[in-house]
Amino acid sequence: MAQGNGRRDVVIEVRDVVVGFGDHLVLDHVNLDVYRGEILGFVGGSGAGKSVLTRAIIGLLPKRAGTIKVFGVEMSAASDAARQAVERHWGVLFQQGALFSSLTVRENLQFPIREYLKVSQTLLDELAIAKLEMVGLDSSVLEKFPSELSGGMTKRVALARALALDPEIVFLDEPTSGLDPIGAGAFDTLIMTLQRTLGLTVFMVTHDLDSLHTVCDRIAVLADGKVIAAGTMDTMLASTHPWLRAYFHGTRSRANHLDVAKI
Amino acid sequence: MSELLLEGTAQGERLMLAGSGAWVAENARRLEIEIDAATRRSGEVRRVDIDMGAVDHLDTFGAWLLERLMRDFSARGAATQVYGLKDNYRALMDEVHGVKPEQSPAHSGGSTIIYLIASIGRSIATIGGSFSAFINMLGALMVALLRVIAHPGRFRFTAMVHQLDNVGWRAVPIVMLITFLIGGIIAQQGIFHFSKFGADIYVVDMVGILVLREIGVLIVAIMVAGRSGSAYTAELGTMQMREEIDALRTMGFDPIEVLILPRIVALLIAVPILAFLGSMAALYGGGLVAWLYGGISPEIYLSRLKEAVTLQTFEVGMIKAPFMAMVVGVVACVDGLAVKGSSESLGLQTTASVVESIFLVIVLDGFFAMFFASIGM
Repeated sequence: MAQGNGRRDVVIEVRDVVVGFGDHLVLDHVNLDVYRGEILGFVGGSGAGKSVLTRAIIGLLPKRAGTIKVFGVEMSAASDAARQAVERHWGVLFQQGALFSSLTVRENLQFPIREYLKVSQTLLDELAIAKLEMVGLDSSVLEKFPSELSGGMTKRVALARALALDPEIVFLDEPTSGLDPIGAGAFDTLIMTLQRTLGLTVFMVTHDLDSLHTVCDRIAVLADGKVIAAGTMDTMLASTHPWLRAYFHGTRSRANHLDVAKI
Repeated sequence: MSELLLEGTAQGERLMLAGSGAWVAENARRLEIEIDAATRRSGEVRRVDIDMGAVDHLDTFGAWLLERLMRDFSARGAATQVYGLKDNYRALMDEVHGVKPEQSPAHSGGSTIIYLIASIGRSIATIGGSFSAFINMLGALMVALLRVIAHPGRFRFTAMVHQLDNVGWRAVPIVMLITFLIGGIIAQQGIFHFSKFGADIYVVDMVGILVLREIGVLIVAIMVAGRSGSAYTAELGTMQMREEIDALRTMGFDPIEVLILPRIVALLIAVPILAFLGSMAALYGGGLVAWLYGGISPEIYLSRLKEAVTLQTFEVGMIKAPFMAMVVGVVACVDGLAVKGSSESLGLQTTASVVESIFLVIVLDGFFAMFFASIGM
């Protein structure tokens, strides 16, 4: 496991963040650190606010209090230029893919590159193929429209688009939801391979216990508007917190079927 | 920032390239130019050594450009070797090494003339297709209507009232405002030109006949097409995109009966009412302008109007209203159901719906004019 090499460089620092809708506080003084080069699995019950925190970090939701620093930049106070420089270095995979439906796969992949970098059309075309092959597809899908892709392909193309600018952080919102177990397993392997080859930091919202076991270096758990635990799988399995026990030792957990505490 | 990212020294048939700096996305443009230059500049080479020792950052962009450099030289028969590359970039290089070039799709060759003819053929087929879709929808609507008449309990009365509120009640202010203005404009133009012959008073005949027979219902139909037809298309199109219509079908409901019939019935009720209100507003506007601008007093205007128009003039206009409502509604629903998966298709169909229904409404009006002329109404 990539357990950092001595110094643990914090790339995302969430401190005392409060987010609410009306009277309802979804996040109540949340603290979370994400270290460079790790795959962080972010779990929590449905409606616990995982997506809310993710959206707050990437700046799609305003927060009421607290600070969120990405690469040491406080996003809400940063100038437009500073914020754009940070946004250029992250990629987001939305749950439904969020591919632009009126553009082909090729145009979807080239869109961010074309907007940020002035590179030749030849290089754009070559890069589109390179990115597609990295996510396990090939050039045959280039001219397809998102509505013509299967669920798994949509996720892969969306991941390729998230990786288009060689980001340092990728946010994955339930990357394996809606995939069959084989497809989900392949996607997990893909994320691990890409993380190793590109040295990515991965922030992954997921409910997939298999993903948590196989790919995540660390797991953070959100419940009651707070991060109640953060640590390795072993820590989670050893915890006595009732919600954690129910989650990791429930009928659907692996720990119930075989002893994999040493993964 | 201007030091070279790639420097080359040639020794006979051996080319030594030395990379340096950051081979990352930000520098991709510069790097590509330098790499292309290095490939072009070098003459006949047998062996290329690429020293990547001084490259401190490498990402997919840099890795691909390095790979491309090696492929270019290999294609020219030179042996390439990379050394000094940092270990943590090995995996990335292996990854891009496996990238296969695009199998360029065989472009169906053909001259522009053939392309032109083909595109004309396609448009004709599209027109034919939308005509048959229109007829299909009319048939399906009839079937749904008969079913509802046989079992009146199945009619979605609440949905129909909701649509009636949207397309009827809420449209009243804007429809009356526009027709009021149009009536005023017709009267003003009439007075301005008729006064040259001293025939000012005939402006009342013109306003009355024109508004009641043609303009009132036509303007209202066009406004309903733009206001409610487009809304129908967008609503049904979004439901189609999100598989809501398929969901209805699987539950055993007929989308025509549940979604489309209430909408069409609402239009059939709303358009005649709006046409009537619009005509009255136009007559009022015309009268106001005739009084203020042409000096025709309201009493004279009204008595002249009574002589100029008959009940038949009014009937001719109102008979057309439900037919126009039908055309607008059916076109809007057909186009809504034709939406494919993309947001672009939704926009395209909504535009098509408005354009087609306005066109058809005007054509229909022309047919009615000929029909009424031939039966002497």
